[in-house]
Amino acid sequence: MALIEYRDALNQAFAEEIERDPNVVLIGEEVAQYDGAYKVTRGLWKKFGDKRVVDTPISEAAFIGMGVGASMLGLRPVMELMFWSFCTVAYDQIVNNAAQIRYMSGGLINCPIVIRGPANGGTNVGATHSHTPENWLANVPGLKVVSAATAYDAKGLMKTAIRDNDPVMFMENTLLYGEKGEVPEEEYLIPLGKADIKKEGKDISLIAHGRAALTALKAAELLAAEHDIDAEVIDLRSIRPLDEEAILASVRKTHRAVLVDENKPFCGVSAQIAAMLQEKCFDDLDAPVLRVTALDAPAIYAPKVEPKQLPRPQDVIAKVLSIC
Amino acid sequence: METAIKVTDFASAPINSKLSKEEKLDLLRGMLRIRRFEREALQQYNGGKMGGFLHLYIGQESVAVGACSLMGDNDHLITAYRCHGHALAVGMTMNECMAELYGKATGCSKGKGGSMHLFAPDKNFWGGHGIVGGQTPLGLGLAYGLKYKGLKGAALCFLGDGAVNQGCFYESLNMAALFELPVIYVIENNKYSMGTSLERSSVVKDCLAQRGEAFLVDWAQAGGEDIYEVRAAVQTAIERAHNKSKPTVLELDTYRYYGHSVSDAKHKGGYRSNDEIEAYKRDHDPIQLYKRRLIAEGILTEEEFEKLNEEAKQEAKASVQFAEDSPLPEDASIFEDVYFEVDRQTEAGRTGKHFFHD
Repeated sequence: MALIEYRDALNQAFAEEIERDPNVVLIGEEVAQYDGAYKVTRGLWKKFGDKRVVDTPISEAAFIGMGVGASMLGLRPVMELMFWSFCTVAYDQIVNNAAQIRYMSGGLINCPIVIRGPANGGTNVGATHSHTPENWLANVPGLKVVSAATAYDAKGLMKTAIRDNDPVMFMENTLLYGEKGEVPEEEYLIPLGKADIKKEGKDISLIAHGRAALTALKAAELLAAEHDIDAEVIDLRSIRPLDEEAILASVRKTHRAVLVDENKPFCGVSAQIAAMLQEKCFDDLDAPVLRVTALDAPAIYAPKVEPKQLPRPQDVIAKVLSIC
Repeated sequence: METAIKVTDFASAPINSKLSKEEKLDLLRGMLRIRRFEREALQQYNGGKMGGFLHLYIGQESVAVGACSLMGDNDHLITAYRCHGHALAVGMTMNECMAELYGKATGCSKGKGGSMHLFAPDKNFWGGHGIVGGQTPLGLGLAYGLKYKGLKGAALCFLGDGAVNQGCFYESLNMAALFELPVIYVIENNKYSMGTSLERSSVVKDCLAQRGEAFLVDWAQAGGEDIYEVRAAVQTAIERAHNKSKPTVLELDTYRYYGHSVSDAKHKGGYRSNDEIEAYKRDHDPIQLYKRRLIAEGILTEEEFEKLNEEAKQEAKASVQFAEDSPLPEDASIFEDVYFEVDRQTEAGRTGKHFFHD
């Protein structure tokens, strides 16, 4: 298997799907001639030309809405938001149009669109560029929400998202774009709605998505090495649809859970998981379900302080030790 | 008082001069069907048969009927929440529309959309949108899709005089011009954005279409009460879209007889005077104007007009009966039509939890 960067895994997914389906078109700010603000689409404009890789003005409301309208006619637009934080200016198009058009038309209209981009804090760009809107979007029936932690997952999930006939919101991470991972040469797809057990364990379940899954993994290594605790790490990969079975099976095995989530705590993704666990695993639990989330304030700029605002391995370990 | 036929006679425009007698009567029939449908809907709404809002189009019929009469196979239409007129004009049945207003399973959207959200993609009609101006990027996208597929068509995107003050409209105009997309933004200027008059909402009072000039988009202003003028103006824009793949902003002057919605009690003697409303009905009613014209042309008599009017009325009454007799949506249908993959029970639809209620 080739060892490639997360961004190149996405890039391969785009190239393969553009070649596979003439209706796939990449649209967004700087995706074509500039090669992508984070170089995720590098080389694709040169390879596929103006029709398939399209630069837009800085007009998120118009170009996201344009993608929705084009998808109604059968195109499969893959729209880049330079930051998911900018979805705020396109929110009406996502929430009222992409998400509702199928329902309000009684199933007459489909919206096979992918909206993608980085959704993370931790890069010292201030509160306006550091939102993690997966919970805002997962709250809207009609949308699907996906979050990839590794190069392998990014490619397999993206190819599935592009082929999916519903609107898929795809969360990436600027801190992961340069991370290398093994990606097979042959084609593969990862279904939406399937979690991945990133590490098996028997003592406690660490449940996370996106970069937090890697934080959990690091914590699990340290727990094993320093505290003789065998933690299981579940990476949700897909938030909506959600692999409830995998989550419940893990907690029924370990009887303990710490949820690790770069979302803010109030009605964050982990809040949904916690509600589910208390309802469906109450008798299996030997301890309260605990959470490690982003600290509940706007993302601070200060480069030396911001890392503390997001879950770190030591934060996870402290929570685990409090119940193990 | 008889209104004189205007000096500029759009009957002689090529698109109108070639109309057959039957086609001319179809235009009249189209307007009458909208008016009779909405009068029935109003009566039933006031009788408590419907929920939500009811935004009536009465007074504006010539705009939707005139524009839709020009649509070819690759011409598409999208509009805002005042959508009954466009829905009927593209060929939707009164039954499916009235049943949707009633929230019945036989409605065009199975009772999931309501009055503001009528759809018929098989007739190139993409709604019916509730957020003011929110449909303008979608219209851009329809035009983008047409161009991408290499089809010679146009996307007619209707909006009101209130919607022109939404930001996404300007983003869309810039992109339409930049990408050379065949979208036609038809501003139906009925003078009031809910209870706020044009004078109180726009810094330029006498022209909204001119705003297209900032983006080098061709624009025009035309009267909306004369269906021939509407057709002539829209045809020019359609030809620009078809032949040059370029956008247009077309402002049509029109008027609504009822409030913003039926629950808008202040529209009479509040933000506009009774005299203003009555004067418009008397002198500018699109159906009466067209009726007089057809009588003058010798292809319609009073009796024939009454017959068409009666037919529309009966069709509307029958649609009420249809809606009354139709079943409600099943409770389980709340969860249908949310996700394509779930509805079709594809592998994707069967993987993972899609709904989170108990």
